[in-house]
Amino acid sequence: MSLLELDDVKVHFPVKKGLIFDRTVGHVYAVDGVSLSVEEGQTYGLVGESGCGKTTLGRSVLRLVDITDGSVNFDGTDLAKLPAEEMRTFRRRLQMVFQDPLGSLNPRQNIESILSEGMAAHGIGGTREERREKIRDILAKVGLPANALARYPHEFSGGQRQRIGIARALVLEPDVIICDEPVSALDVSIQAQVINLLEELQESLGLTYLVIAHDLAVVRHISDVIGVMYLGSLVEEAPSDALYAEPRHPYTKALMSAVPVPDPEVEDRRERILLTGDLPSPANPPAGCRFHTRCPWAQDTLCATERPALKDVGGGHKVACHFAAEIAAGTVERTAASVVPATREEMADRVVETPAE
Amino acid sequence: MSTKTDKIDRLAELTAQQESSSGASLWREALKRLRASKMALVGAWIIAVFLLLAIIGPWVAPYAPGQQWRGEVFVNRAEFVGARAENWFGLDHLGRDIFSRMLVGARQTLLLGVVSTLIGLSVGALIGSFSGACATLGGRVGQRIDSVVMRCIDIMLALPSLLLAVSVAAVLGQSMTTVMIAIGVVQIPVFARLLRGAMLVQGGSDYVLAAHSLGIRKRRIVLTQIMPNSLSPVIVQATLSLATAIIEAAALSFLGLGNPDSAKNPEWGVMLTQAQNYADSAPMMAVYPALAIIITALGFTLLGEAMREALDPKLRG
Repeated sequence: MSLLELDDVKVHFPVKKGLIFDRTVGHVYAVDGVSLSVEEGQTYGLVGESGCGKTTLGRSVLRLVDITDGSVNFDGTDLAKLPAEEMRTFRRRLQMVFQDPLGSLNPRQNIESILSEGMAAHGIGGTREERREKIRDILAKVGLPANALARYPHEFSGGQRQRIGIARALVLEPDVIICDEPVSALDVSIQAQVINLLEELQESLGLTYLVIAHDLAVVRHISDVIGVMYLGSLVEEAPSDALYAEPRHPYTKALMSAVPVPDPEVEDRRERILLTGDLPSPANPPAGCRFHTRCPWAQDTLCATERPALKDVGGGHKVACHFAAEIAAGTVERTAASVVPATREEMADRVVETPAE
Repeated sequence: MSTKTDKIDRLAELTAQQESSSGASLWREALKRLRASKMALVGAWIIAVFLLLAIIGPWVAPYAPGQQWRGEVFVNRAEFVGARAENWFGLDHLGRDIFSRMLVGARQTLLLGVVSTLIGLSVGALIGSFSGACATLGGRVGQRIDSVVMRCIDIMLALPSLLLAVSVAAVLGQSMTTVMIAIGVVQIPVFARLLRGAMLVQGGSDYVLAAHSLGIRKRRIVLTQIMPNSLSPVIVQATLSLATAIIEAAALSFLGLGNPDSAKNPEWGVMLTQAQNYADSAPMMAVYPALAIIITALGFTLLGEAMREALDPKLRG
């Protein structure tokens, strides 16, 4: 059994209205039926565009948001049904690293206080000296100087702050760390440092990660298994290499084609899929396949009426698309003209020709 | 030779470490910025002088506050005594030395400002923090409680502050304590709203979420995470309302609800009130206490403004 198993997790936020008595006038379906499992010692990467519910899903695992329905099985315990106080003690084993390194650190606490607070809450390390010893140990592990203890968050650089955030999670010796966009607020050079640090820590401490990100390169680098989210549900899940080698869902294809290739020859000639329109509102998701309003391969049958389930198409590669096999085989034509096959050279020629006319 | 350079290097290393390991907390940094601000300096000097007067006033005053010069001031004939060598600020309508009365009154005035602000601050902060804690971490029930408490506070806010103070004073009777309580009560909703609002903002921040995810108990989150970060606007408001408290006390005295024993315990607000009856014939009688109130209020306001600037993290250099 996997260390962390999510089964049909739903997080719906009620939309309330009313002057004195709140009436629920609708729901925002932030997460709408996500099932996934994370194996011990592995990294599960969750990607998707802004607003697709990936952060909410990450927070629901820690019960930082209320889970409407479904179960979160962690090491044989269903966290979704745990009483509040028991959940609090369980949080020691599930930790989180936040996106905004400065915002997630209390500006009025020094580093020692930030790092020891979690230990105090869970009764780890008896005396102050023992705790300090442990904090020094962890600080060395994440590559921060020991004299950081008495300093305050604003005195550190972005990368260092994120290391503090990681150290805060590590002092509790968790089994699982949920990284919510751990590097998206950092410079590219620092991103690599932090990603490498996360990988080193995983190796030496046997950690399990659930990494939430929108940067495909970051996720590819760190993940064993990747899940692609769209509007509150998973559309594709596959081992990292398989997903990048052959994306099966139209949405994943579009995402992948948005990543530039570091070779101008290939970059100029490759086909890019441009999605039209915005992400539909999660308060009023489209019927049928959630993606059919923007899908270049959308068909008249099924797509608008029936929601596709996540089906295994071999080798642990799961896709939620009615026509995944047909698209892969090339037997289904694109219906929308949102694909830009034009190479840049052709476009440049056209621009030159126009004034001559 | 080489041992000497080694020693120097070691020393440099040590001092450098000492510098960097001290760590400057936000409060300490704010204090540093406060010291550099001219506005704060001026405000602090005014308040210091005011404090000094309040402490030593009764001893340095040339005459007793109740002492009268008979046969020199005739109110019905509009004959007043202005500034002269004997009485620096002149005599008031009952022939008493204004300068002495103002020196003695400094203490009363300060006491009034501080005590009434403290009442407003402590009760308001208590209500505000309770409400804020309920709203941020109390779940659905907590939000309901917060909503009820805040509606009560809104009712208090909706009443004109002077009317509220007058009704409190009317219920409690005429005394100095009444004035303090009345003005304190008026300040309660301001402090409560301010603290609750700041707590709501902090309650939604990432570090509170982080503290939650660490498994820290809710009570502790409120005390160690939310509260310290919500206090700065309240502290600033306290310095600002010290000034308004003095002026409001003058207004209450003006309406005849202030200090009943004004002969022995003069107070600037009361002096101003009494002077306004003779504003045509002896305008200077009103000018002295009015100036004193204005300067003191300015001192507190300047310091408050400077504190707000110093504590604002966005202005951190």
